[in-house]
Amino acid sequence: MTDVPVGERKQLAPPVDDSGPLGWIRRNLFSSWGNGITTVVLIAALAWILSWFLDWAVFTANFTASTGAECRGQGACWALIREKLRLIFFGTFPYEQQWRPLLAIIAMLAMLITTSDRRMWRPWRLLAIWSVGSFVTFLLMFGQIHIPLSLFLAVALVVGGVGLAFRQGIGTPLEMNAYRALAAVGAVGLVLRFAGILPAWKLPITPFSYVETGLWGGLPVTMILATYGLLFAFPYGILLALGRRSNLPLIKGLCVGFIELIRGVPLISLLIMASVMLPLFLPTGVTFDKFLRAQVAVILFAGAYIAETVRGGLQSLPKGQFEAADAMGLNYAQKTALIILPQALRVVIPPLINTFIGFFKDTSLVLIIGIFDFLNTANQALVDPAWAGYPGEVYLFAAFVYFIFCYSMSRYSKYLEVELNKGTRR
Amino acid sequence: MAVEALGSAPRTKVAPWNDPTVRGWVFQVVVVGLVGLLAWYLVDNTITNLERQKIASGFHYLGREAGFEIGDTMVEYSPASTYARAIYVGMLNTLKVSVLGIIMATFLGTLLGIGRLSNNWLLSKICEWYVEAFRNVPLLLWLFLFYKLISEAFPGPRQAISAFWGTVFLSNRGVYFPVPLADAVFKWMGVALLVAIAGAWALHRWARRRQDATGQPFPSIIAGTGLIVGLPVLVWLLGGAPHHMSWPALKGFNFDGGSVIQPEFTALLFGLVLYTSAFVAEIVRSGILALHKGQTEAAAALGLTRGQSMRLVLLPQALRVIVPPMTSQYLNITKNSSLAIAIGYPDLVASINVTINQTGQAIENVLIIMAAYLSVSLSISAFMNWYNKRIALRER
Repeated sequence: MTDVPVGERKQLAPPVDDSGPLGWIRRNLFSSWGNGITTVVLIAALAWILSWFLDWAVFTANFTASTGAECRGQGACWALIREKLRLIFFGTFPYEQQWRPLLAIIAMLAMLITTSDRRMWRPWRLLAIWSVGSFVTFLLMFGQIHIPLSLFLAVALVVGGVGLAFRQGIGTPLEMNAYRALAAVGAVGLVLRFAGILPAWKLPITPFSYVETGLWGGLPVTMILATYGLLFAFPYGILLALGRRSNLPLIKGLCVGFIELIRGVPLISLLIMASVMLPLFLPTGVTFDKFLRAQVAVILFAGAYIAETVRGGLQSLPKGQFEAADAMGLNYAQKTALIILPQALRVVIPPLINTFIGFFKDTSLVLIIGIFDFLNTANQALVDPAWAGYPGEVYLFAAFVYFIFCYSMSRYSKYLEVELNKGTRR
Repeated sequence: MAVEALGSAPRTKVAPWNDPTVRGWVFQVVVVGLVGLLAWYLVDNTITNLERQKIASGFHYLGREAGFEIGDTMVEYSPASTYARAIYVGMLNTLKVSVLGIIMATFLGTLLGIGRLSNNWLLSKICEWYVEAFRNVPLLLWLFLFYKLISEAFPGPRQAISAFWGTVFLSNRGVYFPVPLADAVFKWMGVALLVAIAGAWALHRWARRRQDATGQPFPSIIAGTGLIVGLPVLVWLLGGAPHHMSWPALKGFNFDGGSVIQPEFTALLFGLVLYTSAFVAEIVRSGILALHKGQTEAAAALGLTRGQSMRLVLLPQALRVIVPPMTSQYLNITKNSSLAIAIGYPDLVASINVTINQTGQAIENVLIIMAAYLSVSLSISAFMNWYNKRIALRER
């Protein structure tokens, strides 16, 4: 090769053009023989499946039938979905009142969407969004809420206690005295209330008719179970994670044991336990709402998984952060809440959203103990003998709704992963 | 001197309520005390409730007659068997679904994960759509869909679809297929299979040691496969090659003879495998993506073929990233197999649920469920940890 003079060397063909749409096709679909054959086979298979599916789902589908019998021998019976739409979304909620669960869904969506905006990630803003959102949601669902005196007292105790712990050495004497007063009023009031000296007074808010949880169903149930399951599991999962990382052997042992026990058994066994064993655990005569029992099981379950996710974030922090906080003279609560958790939680927000997606799907298991969540109301739509025989349509529709929720959450988690790492990426 | 003085200076006495050690212990004692108090309160309530409702306690019920049918049994079982036997049958069914599910999901998931990394745009997009579609919808919904499709889309036994020249029948009662009639030779074939597996393993070790010492390769995989297949066949031939089969045939309203894979089992296995393989695919993909590009190039520079570089260079390293998350997927399959109860497949939870309803002894039964799943989970974790340690990077 090298001894041939430059001008006499054999000219090579120019490289294949891989720009433009044709070039893209050549590069991505027909780069080699094997690749080309794969493409052709896949296109043929896709065309076959899609033509069959479109024929079934669109061209021969029936959108207007008034009974299932009219759909026989045709494609998909989407008329069934149209007929049962309100049953699937709202379950057995009183029919003429179903605007309430609809508004509750919208309230919860608004709450979740505003929370996903990073500008809202300030303690007071989150507190405001969630208290207003939750109040509206439950007021719409129940119709009537009676807030007991002990709840006000407990809030006073918690606000006072949190203020005392975090403003220690920062707040003015006046502010600290206010916290002390709040905590004292809360604690004394609670003691008096349980001693029976204070009356069982309740603040009644009764704009609508009362609807018990047994009548709730459909999408609001799934959303409440998932959202409030995670909301309550979150602080307790953080406590478990901190306990697992603690230097105190007994605390650590308790937390490790609890987390591993919960993670080692299926959610179904916890739900069965909640439905058959919880009544045994409580004093005679005290009964527990079935919905609340399922919610408690979901919270217990979610907490153990959240604890493991949060632990990952705690472990990713360099030791210097803990030591620096100690050197500043912060107490444990201040160190944890002001230095450690803000950094650790930031790392685990994307995996936490993935955990949330998991729970949103897992809430479907509550149908086993007879709660009418979204999947269960979809099942109910199949029971009607006038519309028997079209399970595919109903399940595909339910799958589509679940997909929209879960897919948008997973996109959001991907976006946050990029967004939160902007500062550390090279 | 100054440093020494600092080190040996007598510590100023700290008041006990400011000493972190004392505080730590007080806090622990208080927390453990509260937990203990809660536990005592619950136990006390439970005992009172049990007495009031006249529910027996203890595990004596396990020896009593169960009295319920189980649709799919791997070992001998009848309604006259004991509760312990019924729970054992359920446990075996759970293990059967889990083991098959783990193997099939690993296989399908690995294919999908590699498919997502393909040069072919269409193939990688199809794999991506599959993953997104399956992991964003609850498993329970897939189970219901598959179960309803099988039981409503397939014809009844009388109009069953026959396949393989009328030997296999597909209907909404399940898949009926012929099985060999029991024969004494089969037991010896099982023994031969075990011997062959042990032999193949020993052969593989010997070949490896020889290759380490002399550099000469030995086709131990082909030889081992030959041994595992060949030895049982040889025993079968020596035993007179019994070939009497039990053929499925329509009798009345259902099939008789042969063996059956029930629609519940098919739906459960399909649902578990299709759902979990989407997660496995993501794990495999990220494991391979985590490898540095230089590894592929170095393997090519050494003159390894694509297959060799995948098998000897890339996969062993990717496995280090893949194994820990894969372990939790395996645990998930095992735990998710408990969804069987929703479509009526008799797994452990389903058996126990019937037992709870019949005996009313919830606590004992829930304890059995927890103990069973915990021991399976811990065994899988222990095995995967052992495997993980084996393939871990050995740092000197």
